[in-house]
Amino acid sequence: MFIERETMSASTTQSWTVADLRLAGGRRRTDVRMRRLFIAAGLTTLLVTGLIVYTLVKDAFSFFIDVPKHELWNIGWFPRRGFFDIKTLVVGSLMVTGVAMLIAVPLGLGVAVYLSEFARPRVRRVLKPIVEVLAGIPSVVLGYFAIAFINPNLITVLAPGANKAFNIAAAGVAVGILTIPIIASVAEDALRAVPLALREASYGLGARRVATTFRVVLPASISGVVAALILGISRAVGETMVVAIAAGAVGGGLFSTDPFQPGQTMTAAMAALGFGSDQVAGDGLAFQSLFFIGFLLFVLTFLLNLLGDRLVRRVREEY
Amino acid sequence: MALSTPSKFGASSAAGLTERITNGKRDVKGRVVEWLLLATLGVTLLILVALIVNLLDRAWPVLNGRFGDFLSSGLDASNAQEAGVWQAIRGTLTLAIIVIVVSFPLGIACAVYLEEYASRSRLARLIRINVRNLAGVPSIVYGILGLTIFVKFAGGITGGRTVIAGGLTLSVLVLPVVVITASEALRAVPRSIREGAMGVGATQWETVRSHVLPSAAPGILTGTMLALSRAAGEAAPLLLVGGITGLLRTGNLSLWEQITDGGFTSMPVAIFSYARQTGADFQAVTAAASLILLVLVVVINGLAIWLRNRFERNW
Repeated sequence: MFIERETMSASTTQSWTVADLRLAGGRRRTDVRMRRLFIAAGLTTLLVTGLIVYTLVKDAFSFFIDVPKHELWNIGWFPRRGFFDIKTLVVGSLMVTGVAMLIAVPLGLGVAVYLSEFARPRVRRVLKPIVEVLAGIPSVVLGYFAIAFINPNLITVLAPGANKAFNIAAAGVAVGILTIPIIASVAEDALRAVPLALREASYGLGARRVATTFRVVLPASISGVVAALILGISRAVGETMVVAIAAGAVGGGLFSTDPFQPGQTMTAAMAALGFGSDQVAGDGLAFQSLFFIGFLLFVLTFLLNLLGDRLVRRVREEY
Repeated sequence: MALSTPSKFGASSAAGLTERITNGKRDVKGRVVEWLLLATLGVTLLILVALIVNLLDRAWPVLNGRFGDFLSSGLDASNAQEAGVWQAIRGTLTLAIIVIVVSFPLGIACAVYLEEYASRSRLARLIRINVRNLAGVPSIVYGILGLTIFVKFAGGITGGRTVIAGGLTLSVLVLPVVVITASEALRAVPRSIREGAMGVGATQWETVRSHVLPSAAPGILTGTMLALSRAAGEAAPLLLVGGITGLLRTGNLSLWEQITDGGFTSMPVAIFSYARQTGADFQAVTAAASLILLVLVVVINGLAIWLRNRFERNW
């Protein structure tokens, strides 16, 4: 089998065989080598997940075997004294997340709807990067902002009985500020994915912009908007530094349902166990509880992210 | 709005037409809603302003009084007059270099695999879902991973609680960000570019190297910078892998010894360390350090956003 090529003079015909078209050995070897390298890089990400699950499960399991079960439901979270009350941490995390959502849902969705449906293109081009800057603020800075500004100027003013130095509410507000850009950007993407034709049909029927936005565009993108909320919740539950700085109760805390008092969350408890770990390392159970909470947190955020991710993709597939 | 008024409505101007359509009722509800939405944006921007003003206000004693001294002093959470950030700045830079060296090539290679080599395979789908989930894992969980793998398991190589273990932990943390943004940049490169290269006989790798990667470079760069700023602001995982929070003595160790077996700290870890101290002088120290970190992160982010807008190409 060969390919004939007409040369300039019709009399001579040069023939090429498949062997001529085949790559020179060096180029082919490089190509194969690079392909393997890229596959290895892809597999590395699976390895990371595997290692996270493995390290968490292994020690979480041995913690669960070793711990006296009644200590998991006690008066509070004092790992160094052997009190491992899980509900203290879970309720603390829920309170922080709840307060954060009170702030982030109206502001994040409002920003998303305004930028997507109301803002002129030029206004949008200026404002969107500013909202993105908000997303880049390091959480330690917001943690400091919570104790230096939010608590004295907002929380203790609205609730005079609140703890003057540290409380869950101030931490929650700061976590909410961190969550605004996530909710805003995911929700805005969802709103903008709704085709223009739907809006035009609505205008054509005589609906105004507000009616179009809330009766047509928002319902059409509802799964994306819900996804924004879920991903926001996941981010708020996993936030560590703000709570470690502003919620108080380092090292332990009594079970409490008062958002205006210091409290402990899953993440803050982990940070406290971790950075005092030279002391904790001796006490096996306290150190292992780090992995147990980490496992709970991982499972919780994993489920939330999976759900949010699925909803985001549903919007994309619909339009 | 330039309306050509249909004469059969009997209105002589656009305003007249509007009035007929709306029966002369003003859209009060619409206005109120629009203002409310604008207000949410206003509040959001106001938060940003409040943050910056508050930081400047609190940091003033340090900025005005001993800024040079502050920049050149080490970590000391017991004496606000001696407290500074130079070890923290050096730590953050070292961590950033490790992230650049480890995470960027790995993340970009993973994105190339997903987009160029296996975009429809089952393995690629699994990796994609996996990467999206990794992006949502709380940073403190990466701290546990770093503690178990990089500090304990590979302690012989990393030296235990060193800046190397910290840098590797941050590299794993930002890996999904790099993969996701690089994937998006690669996906934006049109098919025709690849077909052009393959048409003249380039191998897949040659196509990627000479055509696809250069075309996607601005997008990839934007993503890596966002990842870098995320790494620069992260404290939680570093606390678990040994970031020093109280007082960091470097003594007379050489720079290399400090990196390979000395303790380390970073800007966010130092801020956490200072924020836990009470008293007005520590507030000033915390605020000044926060300002420096904020400026650093915002500059990197701003550069990334500018790059994206500047080199955004519509093929």
